[in-house]
Amino acid sequence: MIDLVLLAFMALVAIAAVRIRNLFAVIMLTGIYSLLAASLFVMLDAVDVALTEAAVGAGIMIILMLATLALTTSEEKVRMTRQNLLALVVVVITGGALIYGTLDMPKVGDPQAPAHTHLAPHFTQHSVEEIGIPNMVTSVLASYRGLDTLGEAVVVLTAAVAVILIIGSGRARQRKRRREKPSRGETRL
Amino acid sequence: MEWFGLYNYWIVVVLMMVGFYIVIAQGNLIKKIVGLNIFQTSVFIFFISLAKLEGGTAPIHVAGVSDYSNPLPHVLILTAIVVGVALTAVGLALVVRIHELYGTIEEDEIHAQDEA
Repeated sequence: MIDLVLLAFMALVAIAAVRIRNLFAVIMLTGIYSLLAASLFVMLDAVDVALTEAAVGAGIMIILMLATLALTTSEEKVRMTRQNLLALVVVVITGGALIYGTLDMPKVGDPQAPAHTHLAPHFTQHSVEEIGIPNMVTSVLASYRGLDTLGEAVVVLTAAVAVILIIGSGRARQRKRRREKPSRGETRL
Repeated sequence: MEWFGLYNYWIVVVLMMVGFYIVIAQGNLIKKIVGLNIFQTSVFIFFISLAKLEGGTAPIHVAGVSDYSNPLPHVLILTAIVVGVALTAVGLALVVRIHELYGTIEEDEIHAQDEA
């Protein structure tokens, strides 16, 4: 029952995020949204995912967004165009098609669902004797799919390098421009 | 109780479409990234809902328990959360850079400046 309420809250928070113009409030709503998602993951037995979502989604993500807000602006400009109606139509049609698609899905928690009948039993029954760690998520993450986790680390490194290049180069160029300006005595655009 | 079985998926579709709408209809770049986040989290909920096993418990071995939720989607989503944050960081860095160059983070004003 709790997960149904949490899901309804998440939908409300998401819709509020569309309506609100103040970006600070929108970012706070994102934090609430991530925290609700983390609680929902606990209800759905995904405790490791819940911890990560609470720490990374509700923590680091919000700090990054607030930092961006501090460097840019915190009010969204009001803008009413016909484009919004077209977007709404596209969204409703896509959503309708997706909901039609869910009608063939197995019910949540169904033991006969394909997700539970092929690979999963091997990991839940043999991973403790094969790897020796009681937490199956850890043994899959660090051992069976260790290479995948290495790939994840490479992605994070690449992202960090990209951020440094994007922001760092801009700062360096600005400093250079500021140094050049007085010597040449001309205004640049 | 029969219809509750698909409730998770329907809310996932609603969340996904709210995120999609923000990305395509709203002009503010920070808001677009928030929309991407909402979309992304809805996909996470979808995968975790698939992993849920009725009567099962969290996938941590306890003597005498044989029913666990499927650990494979959990691992996939753990990776996806971290990668998602890395991509958000790159997106926000681009927003900061765009603001430095154009002085605005509204899509239509950026287009207007490009055409001028």
